[in-house]
Amino acid sequence: MKVLSYDPDACVGCYICEEVCSETWFKVTDAEKSSIRIYDDGQGGLSAVFCNQCGECIDVCPSQALYRDRKGIVRLRKKLCVGCLACVGFCPYEAMFYHPDQPEPFKCISCGKCVEECPAEALTINEQ
Amino acid sequence: MSEKTQTTRRVLAEYTYEPPPVERGYTGRTLYVNLSNNTIAAKPVTDVMKEKFIGGRGFGLWLLWHGVKDDTQWNDPENEIVISSGPIGGVTQYPGSGKSLVVAISPTTHSVMDSNVGGHFGPLLKFAGWDAIEIQGKAEEDVIVVIDGPGGRITIEEAPDVPVDTHLVGHWLIEQLAEKEEDRYFISSVSAGTGAENTLIGCLNFSFYDRRRKAPRFKQAGRGGIGTVFRDKHIKALVVRSGPVRGDSNHPADLQRIARVGAKLHKEIHDYDDEQNRMRKRGTPYLVQIMNDYDLLPVHNFKYGSHPDAVKINGDVWEARFTQGLPDGCWYGCTLSCSHAVDGYTVRTGPYKGQTVIVDGPEYETIAGCGANCGIFDPDAILEINFYCDTYGIDTISFGTLTAFVMECYEAGILDKEKTGGLELHFGNAEAAIELLHQMARGEGFGKIAGQGIRRMKQIFAERFGADPAFLQDIGMEAKGLEYSEYVTKESLAQQGGYGLTNKGPQHDEAWLIFMDMVSNLLPTFEDKAEALHYFPMWRTWFGLCGLCKLPWNDIVPPDNAYTDEPAKIPDHVQNYVELFSGVTGRKVTADDLITMSEAVYNFQRVFNLRLGFGRREHDAVPYRSVGPVTVEEYESRAERYDKQLQETLGLDPEKMTTEEKIAALREYREEQYQKLIDAVYKRRGWTSDGVPKVETLKRLGIDFPEVVAVVKKYL
Repeated sequence: MKVLSYDPDACVGCYICEEVCSETWFKVTDAEKSSIRIYDDGQGGLSAVFCNQCGECIDVCPSQALYRDRKGIVRLRKKLCVGCLACVGFCPYEAMFYHPDQPEPFKCISCGKCVEECPAEALTINEQ
Repeated sequence: MSEKTQTTRRVLAEYTYEPPPVERGYTGRTLYVNLSNNTIAAKPVTDVMKEKFIGGRGFGLWLLWHGVKDDTQWNDPENEIVISSGPIGGVTQYPGSGKSLVVAISPTTHSVMDSNVGGHFGPLLKFAGWDAIEIQGKAEEDVIVVIDGPGGRITIEEAPDVPVDTHLVGHWLIEQLAEKEEDRYFISSVSAGTGAENTLIGCLNFSFYDRRRKAPRFKQAGRGGIGTVFRDKHIKALVVRSGPVRGDSNHPADLQRIARVGAKLHKEIHDYDDEQNRMRKRGTPYLVQIMNDYDLLPVHNFKYGSHPDAVKINGDVWEARFTQGLPDGCWYGCTLSCSHAVDGYTVRTGPYKGQTVIVDGPEYETIAGCGANCGIFDPDAILEINFYCDTYGIDTISFGTLTAFVMECYEAGILDKEKTGGLELHFGNAEAAIELLHQMARGEGFGKIAGQGIRRMKQIFAERFGADPAFLQDIGMEAKGLEYSEYVTKESLAQQGGYGLTNKGPQHDEAWLIFMDMVSNLLPTFEDKAEALHYFPMWRTWFGLCGLCKLPWNDIVPPDNAYTDEPAKIPDHVQNYVELFSGVTGRKVTADDLITMSEAVYNFQRVFNLRLGFGRREHDAVPYRSVGPVTVEEYESRAERYDKQLQETLGLDPEKMTTEEKIAALREYREEQYQKLIDAVYKRRGWTSDGVPKVETLKRLGIDFPEVVAVVKKYL
C-alpha cells in the first residue's frame, strides 16, 4: 500500500504541495482544497497533516461511501456519500477535509503529485 | 416502484406531482390525504406557518387545529395524524437532525398528543417534496399510502395482502418496492401493528434501512396511542421514497456554517463520548445504573428508586449484548449513534416463536419500564417484551408503566388469578407480563382491559372489582390519561412539575430537572423552579419544531462546560443550534429567539388543549405516588429520609408518630408544595391561576389569532 511520508527537517515551508494538490484535484490554487496541509508553529517548526490510509473512517461512514480499494488506499465513492462529515470529526489525524463548494469531504489518496513537485524532497511515497 | 404496486393492488386514488426543490429547509408544501373520500391534495406552507410555527410539531399542531372541531374524538374521521420533520430535519452534518414529529388527538388523553421519533420518514418525505403529511378520514378497508418522490406519484392502495405487524410489514414493503439494493436506502415506512389495533396505547414505527445489517430498522413514536389512531383509520403503512440523499439535499442558506458546527460536534463526540456517557457503545441504557444509584430508577410501580438486581440490566450488560462498531445513527451523520440493536435474537414466545430477529433497542425507558418497574431483571425477558411491543405497535413506556400498576393491584389483592384469567401478575413474573402483551395484541382476556391504559383501568377496577378509587388514583401513574415515563420524582419537586405541567402528559421530553433540583440544588426557590420550568420545556420544545433530537444537546458536552455560567444549558451547544437554524433558514436569530419560537407553539398547544376541554389547573394534577410515599412499606423503605423532612422542615417528632400519621403529615406538606409550584410556574408562563394563557401572553407571542383568543376568553 502506497502511503505518503513527510520529513519535517527537509521541509522548507514553501506550501507548493498544497497548491499542487488543489490544482490536481480541484483545478484551482486554494490551500483550503488541498488534501495535505503544512502547519507552521510560529517558532520555525513545521508539520504536515495528510491521510495515512489507516481506514478508521471506513467504519464510521453511515452510507458505506468510504472503502479501501484493491491497492489498499482509502477512497470515497462520491455517489454514495451523504456529506455527513462524520469521517471529518472521527479521523484521528484530522486528515479528512471539507470545503463549502461541495458537500462531500476529501482526502489524500497517495497520488504522489505533491512528491513530484516538492522542491525540498520532503515528501515521499512509501510502500507499507 | 409505483408500477409494481399498481399491478398487485387496486389503486383507490392517485395524484401526480413534480416534487419542488427544497429551499432553506422547506419545500413550501404539505400533503393532505383523506382516506374517507380518497382525495389527495397539496397545501401551501404560508409565511405565518414558517414564521410562528417553524415546522415539525408546530406544523402538526397548526394543521390539526384547522382539521378538527372542538368536539372531535380520537376515532372520529376528522381526527388527523400529521407527520412533519422541520426545517433542520434532513441535515446530515449535525448529529440528531432527522427526527419526525407526529401529532393527533389521542385515544388515552382525548386531547392533543405529540410524539417524536427517529428513522428516515420525515426527512425523506421532505426530499420527496413535502414538509408534512396530514392524514384525515378513515378508509373502509385496509390501505397503504405510497409517496413516490422520484416517480412524482402518490397512491392510496388497497392492502389486503399486506401484513400488519411491523417487523413483517417493514420487510415486506422493502421487498415489494425496491428493485435494486440502492432503492432500499431511500425508502422509509410508518407502520403500527395488531397491538395498536386492539389497545389504546398503540405506537408508530418509523423505519430506516440499515445498510450494514441489510435490513429495515424501526424507531418508535410511542406516546399517547397515535398508532391506535393509525389502525383505526385502517392504515397498514405509509411509505415514502426519495431520490438519493446528499449533504446539501436540504438546500441550506449557508452550508459552511452548518458544516463547521457539525464537524466540531463530531470531533467532540469522538474525543469525549467514551469518557462521558458512552452513547456510542451503550446508548441510553447507560442511564440505568445512574438512576439506580440516585434512587430514581422506578421499581415496583414507582414505589422505590433502586434495586440490588439493577446491575443485571445496566449499561454494562447491554454493551455486551449490542453489536459494537456499527454507525448506529437513526439518521445520517448522527455520530452519537445511540440506535443500538441486539442482533440474532431468537423469539421464544407468541406467534413469532423461533424467528431470529433484530431487536431495536432496548432503550433506557424500555429497560426501566418493562424491566425494573415490573420487578423484571432478566435481559432476555426485556428483549422479548421490546420486540413484541415494537412489532405489535405498542408503546413500551405505557406498557411498562401500566403493567407495573396491574402488578401492584395484583399484589394488593385488587386483582387475582380469577380476574386476570389465570395470569399471576405479581412483580417479577416476566412470563405473565409477556402473555399479557400477547393478549393485548389479540384483544383478548385481561389484556383487553389492560390495553385501555391506566386511567380506564382505574375506573374498571373500582366499578367491577370494588377497589378503592382513592388508592387507585394514588398509585396509578398516569396524568392527563398518559402513563408516566420512567423516572422517580418523589424527591424533586421541580420534576413533579416537569411531568405534571406538561402539554401532553407526563413525558420527560419536556423537562428533566431532577439533577439540577435534587442533586445540585440549583433551584432552591419556587421562582428558580418556575424559571427552569419555563426555560427547559421551551428549549426542548424547540427541537421538535426543527426536526432535531435532544440527545446531542446534553448527552455529550464540551469538556469545559462545567466552567460556563449556566452548565445545565450547555451554552456552547445552544450556540451551535443558533448557527444551525440560521445556516439552514437564513433567518438571523439569537439564542433567546429560539425560546420565543417555542413559547408561541407551546402556548398554542395549551390553548388547543383548552379548546378540546382540557388544559386547566385541574388537568395538571398528578398522582401522589409521583410526589411522596403512598403505602406503609414505601414510607418505611426510606424512613430516614422522610423522617428527616418531618423533623427539619415541619418541626414534627417522628418518634411520637405512627407510620400512617407520618405519611399523612408528609403528604399534606408535599401536596401543598406542588400547588405552590403550580402558582409560580403559571405566573412565569404568563397564565392565569387556572392555567389559561392570558391574552397579553398570546399577543406578546404573536399568536393572538381571533380563533385562539376566542378560546381563552371563555376561561378568563
